[in-house]
Amino acid sequence: MNDKMINLTAETVPCHTRPIIIDAEKCVGCLRCVNVCQVDVLLPPPNGEKAPVAAYPGECWYCGACVMACGTGAIKLRHPLMNRARFVER
Amino acid sequence: MNFEWPYKNEFYETEYLECDVLVLGGGLAGCNAAIAAARRGKRVILVEKGATERSGAAGTGFDHWESACTNPCSLVTPKEIAEAYVDEQCGYSNGPAHYIECREGYDRLCDIESFGGKIRDTDDEFAGAAFRDEKTKLLFAYDYKNRFTIRVWGSTFKPALYRELLRLGVRVYDRVEATKLLTVTENGKKRAVGACGMNVRTGKFYVFAAKSTVLAMSRPARIWLFSPDMVGLSEFRPTQSIGSGHAMGYRAGMEFTMMEKSVKGEFSAAGRSFPPYGTGNNHNTWYAATMVDARGVEIPYVDRDGNELKTVLERYMPAPGQKFFLKGGVIDDPKYEYRGPETLPFDELIKRGYELPFYADLSRMPDEERHAIWGLMVGEEGKTKIPIYENYTERGFDPTRHRLQSYGTGWQSASFLPQERQLFGAPGGIWHDWDLKTNIDGVYAAGDQLFASDCAGFACATGYYAGRKASAAADTTDILPVSADEIDEERERLYAPMYSRGGMDWRELNMAIAKAMQNYCGGVKCDALLREGLDLLADFEKNALPEITCKNPHELMRTHEVADILTVSELIMHACMARRSSSVPLCFERTDCGGAVDPECDRRFITVRKENGKIVEGSHPLDVFGDLESEYEKRNADYIESEQKGDYRKNER
Ligand SMILES: Cc1cc2nc3c(=O)[nH]c(=O)nc-3n(C[C@H](O)[C@H](O)[C@H](O)COP(=O)(O)OP(=O)(O)OC[C@H]3O[C@@H](n4cnc5c(N)ncnc54)[C@H](O)[C@@H]3O)c2cc1C
Repeated sequence: MNDKMINLTAETVPCHTRPIIIDAEKCVGCLRCVNVCQVDVLLPPPNGEKAPVAAYPGECWYCGACVMACGTGAIKLRHPLMNRARFVER
Repeated sequence: MNFEWPYKNEFYETEYLECDVLVLGGGLAGCNAAIAAARRGKRVILVEKGATERSGAAGTGFDHWESACTNPCSLVTPKEIAEAYVDEQCGYSNGPAHYIECREGYDRLCDIESFGGKIRDTDDEFAGAAFRDEKTKLLFAYDYKNRFTIRVWGSTFKPALYRELLRLGVRVYDRVEATKLLTVTENGKKRAVGACGMNVRTGKFYVFAAKSTVLAMSRPARIWLFSPDMVGLSEFRPTQSIGSGHAMGYRAGMEFTMMEKSVKGEFSAAGRSFPPYGTGNNHNTWYAATMVDARGVEIPYVDRDGNELKTVLERYMPAPGQKFFLKGGVIDDPKYEYRGPETLPFDELIKRGYELPFYADLSRMPDEERHAIWGLMVGEEGKTKIPIYENYTERGFDPTRHRLQSYGTGWQSASFLPQERQLFGAPGGIWHDWDLKTNIDGVYAAGDQLFASDCAGFACATGYYAGRKASAAADTTDILPVSADEIDEERERLYAPMYSRGGMDWRELNMAIAKAMQNYCGGVKCDALLREGLDLLADFEKNALPEITCKNPHELMRTHEVADILTVSELIMHACMARRSSSVPLCFERTDCGGAVDPECDRRFITVRKENGKIVEGSHPLDVFGDLESEYEKRNADYIESEQKGDYRKNER
């Protein structure tokens, strides 16, 4: 076995929710979010683009580190619809 | 979307590194271990699978620091609280670790403050509040009289610790997962000489040779609870932490205890529960929120004697005749002696005509209490700042106007099935001595990898202590050669799934393990079931694991997580076999023990380890660690003499 035999590829693995949404207009491509995410949910974008790719959304544990690291407010993190607790006027 | 792997291909590149003290896992425990060793002039390497700046259970925060018994406002002693914790768990607790937490925890808080973490109300946001000490500006939670739990700005902690590691010259290897302990046998006894690791972005292989090693990789997860769709929501702790530290320890012959303990699930936001701290409740972060029923009628709080409490302040006070009460992460339904104020039980509420659903109604609380819960605590708790505090605020939630709903009948807002289990509430882990040393020489453990661990203060204090003891051990030994064969074998094991053409996705095996554990090691246990389960796990190992195929190092990391989950599941089943009777404190129920519950002969720590492929059982009396205070003091005169007075902090700042 040697390294030549290992050809690395990637693909986005979708899940039924979209925890992380990155606004490509606001993103400056600094990759702070990619480098702070402990789960490695995000990957640097393929050639030419700025905004990272949320390649493994299902693995997100919703800690918010990416949002906290983003200097331009480009990232939205939201729990699946089923996890948004109800609140009512008192 | 298909694309080229964005990181370098470094498969088959190997880097050899040497250090005095090797720390595996860069959460709160690992960071503190590395700092203790670096302060002692040791060459330290820290290996972290994620990014140390925000990794671990407390990466983006936590809101309260437990058992800070030596803070200047505390009215309790380390001895009192450590012994109370042990007694509360009927002896199935980690006495030394709790004592270390109670005795040294506040030192760690002051350290972290000196690194830039925020531990007190320096902005005077809460000036005049009943839970604030005006002189020190410390804010307290739960027992306002005795003042030993501190409200903190936990989101500032990990970045501060990370900066300090770099400042002290600790070599931090982020994105490297530790995969194997390297050991040698000396005079018939095992001793660790380092570890192997793999970069989870590039596939690069690492060999770390070290004089001593600290394990701080948290505890197993995704054993019974798994969602292949929402993997990251399956469990309470981070996706990354699935117990590889346990798995590598077990493979190397490490001794574990209490691994038979698991509890009915409490948090799995992929299914039955909501995000932690994201519903109306009155526990932990939300203690002691005002609760109301569907009609808006307030739900009474009572003290341990059933006396109804009239004011909000009384919810934070011990009962008449009670010295202190316990609340926090692992305190669910405490004994009378330690029981604090609580709302009436659900059945009683229904009898009295209260109607579901219930809500937390912070609008009825004094401003500073409301702001402490919704602003400070919910803002700073583990993974609440963005997904709860910010998102709910965006959705329009205003705690002065709205009530937040509670679901089901209890504070968890969830109801799991008995077989949906979790390692939660002080579960089992690594067995150790008073130095936090494992049965393998040169290996120490800390934080959530220890048995009966529970919280951030515990992790920081035991981390630092293990770092100290590992440093002392490093002074007495050299770096020993590592075996080339062992290394080659590990590299081959690690890379194998890159060559597999089986086509199985790693999730399929994780799901199968979870189902097997629910079926064979669920709410009730018996030998016949456990044997079947072990047989099935062995079959998975032999026939399913080699079928998993990976396209890149990320998938390879997940595949090895599943391999580790498989190993840990085996460990859990063996631990269950080793306990012959049911046990209430261990939440362990057997159907084939003639109804025996906690018989005297089984009130012991039962341990399991693997030696030459065979399980070796052992046991220790529950009081094996002796008197906590005197045993601690015997072994830590140096720390008490010099460091407890803050020497390092003074010298450095
Ligand atoms: C949502 C939440 C809220 C909490 N709130 C509180 C609170 O308010 N108060 C409190 O006291 N406690 C709280 N806790 C508990 C507390 O955060 C943990 O007990 C504590 O952080 C454990 O520290 P640790 O270092 O042992 O583990 P962790 O901080 O989890 O660190 C383990 C580290 O090991 C790394 N790792 C895992 N496997 C490997 C490997 N193979 N190789 C290399 N690295 C590896 C992980 O990436 C991780 O960084 C909370 C926990 C959670 C999840």
